[in-house]
Parts: sequence; structure tokens; C-alpha cells
Amino acid sequence: MKLCDCVDLLHAETLVPAKDMSTEIRVACGADLMSDAMAFACSTNEMMLTGLVNLQVIRTAEMMDVKVLVFVRGKRPDAAMVDLAREKGICVLRTTHPMFTACGLLFQAGIQGKGA
Amino acid sequence: MLPVHLQFPIRGGDFHSAGEASSGMKKALSKLGVDPSAVKRAAVAMYEAEINAVIHAGGGEADVEIFADRVSIVVRDHGPGIPDVGLAMQEGWTTAPDAAREMGFGAGMGLPNIQRNADDLTIDTTVGAGTALTILVLFRRPAPAAAAAES
Repeated sequence: MKLCDCVDLLHAETLVPAKDMSTEIRVACGADLMSDAMAFACSTNEMMLTGLVNLQVIRTAEMMDVKVLVFVRGKRPDAAMVDLAREKGICVLRTTHPMFTACGLLFQAGIQGKGA
Repeated sequence: MLPVHLQFPIRGGDFHSAGEASSGMKKALSKLGVDPSAVKRAAVAMYEAEINAVIHAGGGEADVEIFADRVSIVVRDHGPGIPDVGLAMQEGWTTAPDAAREMGFGAGMGLPNIQRNADDLTIDTTVGAGTALTILVLFRRPAPAAAAAES
């Protein structure tokens, strides 16, 4: 699924755009525990959904090579997070959907979890 | 010329700068053309070790040596040490404070995650004196820039 279509599907606000918003997103994960994300979802995730809002979320995405971060439940990252994400080339989206709904919408549209 | 030797300070309790050392190491590996899967494994392993030093040990330092076929990462702290390494290696076991959990860590996954991503992990710890983790990550194919620098 194209990233720009994910934005539409989630009714998301784009806080940091990707260089190419038509890039394909095939695999995603959802996590509020960063160590869990790194333990169980480390291989190929292009997108991570989270309700956790702090700088370490951006760092975790950087280490995992996650291209797109989606903050759920209307959480808004602060300026330092947005700046770091921009510096690291990580696209940042924000949606008011809760985690379950956001993941469900993406899954229904064909985005897979790890190992699928 | 290889090996490339990098040193990074790790500031204890500073969640703002936590991850900068691992970020620097990741950048260096990528620049040398190391294969992305090895870069990711090294980055995740070092990041967990760095976070541990920030959370548990009042900080420390990281020494990184990059060869054509591997990276060796030593994260050393002068914290309380690990009284029972076997217990600490169990997923879910943690002594992390609430501040760590609020940052998305402290779920007892740190050391197991390091082990999962490392080709070799050595834990040298003394109660009351500190801990040194030595993490080895092998590259599946030699890094082009690194190999050229070595020859």
C-alpha cells in the first residue's frame, strides 16, 4: 500500500513527510514498549504505530530502520522529536484513531505483520 | 585504515541524549557499506546496552572497533553490577525504575534483545564495581569500503 494512501486511510496528519510519499508500505508493527518492538518486530517493519511520545521512540525507529512512525490516539510529538525525525529521515504521521483501530484499518488494507 | 576505533560517552539518567552513541556507530557502519541487516543488529544490540547503562548504571562509555568482517562493541559502566546474570537474561525480569518504563524500556527485554542480535555476547560484571558488555556482530559479507581500507 502506498504511504499516501495510508495517510488517507488513517485520516492522518503528516508532521514530517517522507521524501517519496508514494513509497510502498508492506509490513508494520504496533508497540508502546520499545524493547518489545525491537525484540519481536525487528526484521522488516517499514512502519511502526505507537502511543508512546518521547525521543526514544524516534531513536528506536532509527535503530530498526523504520521509515514511518504513526502516533495513535491523537498523541502529538514535541518539536524536539519532530526535528530528530526529520534529521533521521523518518516520516511522522499522527492519527486520532486508537491503536487497535489504526492497526486494523491498515491490516484490512493489506499491510502485514512480521512473519506473514 | 582499519580497524576504525570509535569512543562514545554515555551519560547516566539522561534520556534526552540516550541513543546518540548507538546512532553514531550505526552511521559509521552504514558509511563503510556494511550490509544493512548487520547494521541493524549491531544498532539494536548497542542501543539496548546503552539504554541499560543510562537506566541502571549512571552512564559509562562505549568503545567500538570496526573490522572488514565484524564489529566489536564494548559498553562499560561503573554501576552496581548484576548480582545474578542468569536471572537478568530472563525475558521479563527487570529492576528498572518507573522513569525507564515511561520511556518504553524496563520491560526486562534489554539483555535478551542484545543476545538475540549479537553473534557473541560476553558479560563481565562485578557487584559494586560495574559491568562491561562485549557485543560481537559478524557481517555476512565484507563491507566494501571497510575491505578496501583494510587491503
